Amino acid sequence: MKSSLEIFFKGVIDVSPLMIPVVPFGLIFGILAIDIGFSPLTTMGMSLIIFGGASQIVLLQLFSGGASSLVIISSVGAVNSRHLLYGAVVSEHVSDLKMVWKILISYFLIDQAFARSNDYLKKSNEKNKHFHLIGGGATCWVIWQSTTLLGILLGAAIPEKLGLSFAVPLTFIAILVNDFRKILNLIVIIVSGLVATLGFNLIPYKAYVIVAALAGLFTAMILTKVIGKKNNE
Amino acid sequence: MSDWTLIFFCGAITYLTRFLMIAILKKEMFNDRIREVLSYVPSAIFPAIIFPAIFLDNFGQFQFEDNPKILAAAIAVIVGVLSRNIIATIFSGLASYWFLIFVV
Repeated sequence: MKSSLEIFFKGVIDVSPLMIPVVPFGLIFGILAIDIGFSPLTTMGMSLIIFGGASQIVLLQLFSGGASSLVIISSVGAVNSRHLLYGAVVSEHVSDLKMVWKILISYFLIDQAFARSNDYLKKSNEKNKHFHLIGGGATCWVIWQSTTLLGILLGAAIPEKLGLSFAVPLTFIAILVNDFRKILNLIVIIVSGLVATLGFNLIPYKAYVIVAALAGLFTAMILTKVIGKKNNE
Repeated sequence: MSDWTLIFFCGAITYLTRFLMIAILKKEMFNDRIREVLSYVPSAIFPAIIFPAIFLDNFGQFQFEDNPKILAAAIAVIVGVLSRNIIATIFSGLASYWFLIFVV
């Protein structure tokens, strides 16, 4: 049986290649937060408390657009609904662990760590295999906090004229690069994008993110149902 | 609501989505159908940020003419689809944008 420390470091090594794209995300977040007018302390607080790139950037985007707190919080919740899927998949591997481990693992259940540890958890029979996820999550934690800090420091030096707020849509385009290749995903992307753009001024309380996401998911539900039936016939 | 209260609530809801399933599920309870639909969450949510940030100006009005963001975003999508590389996607978009606003 491997020691917990060995498995932890296996997690660190496995997740490392996925950390390269996290660096620009963290920098952009730090720079933009300072740009919008958050103090260095609150910016760092966001990365420590929320610890989720997409959530934090959505928070900045809606906050600078003047959305209400309730809308910001529910939009962040909508962005995070994908974690329910990760949790459901991981739960079968950690169901025998003590609650204190589940509490810790949940803090580290982020996209990159899940992507790498999902494979490991399926293959491994070790009792302490959850250390792989903790290793991957902790690695991402260190990268996220340090790049946020670096972004905060750079934020004071980078002129607003550079138009770095354009990095927000670019980072989200980058997250979707694999989805642009699939026709069903592409349809969902276009539906959501159109609803958000057309609804930007029409939908009250800046709830366009939530409305567009629901429209996109509804489209996905219908499309997958229709296509699924076709395949069974 | 103060900034810190807002951050706390955003953190709480983020954590809750991560914790909920781990805490309550004993074995696999999600069927394939729910899983399949949930896999579309990124495609359903991120365009809601992407499209308005590209096509609308700072006042929420449509901006189709004289909008370097459209071309720069299109270049980023093409580079992203071809390279599947996150960093290449972001930087090709930023570089095109800077080229269009500072050079052209």
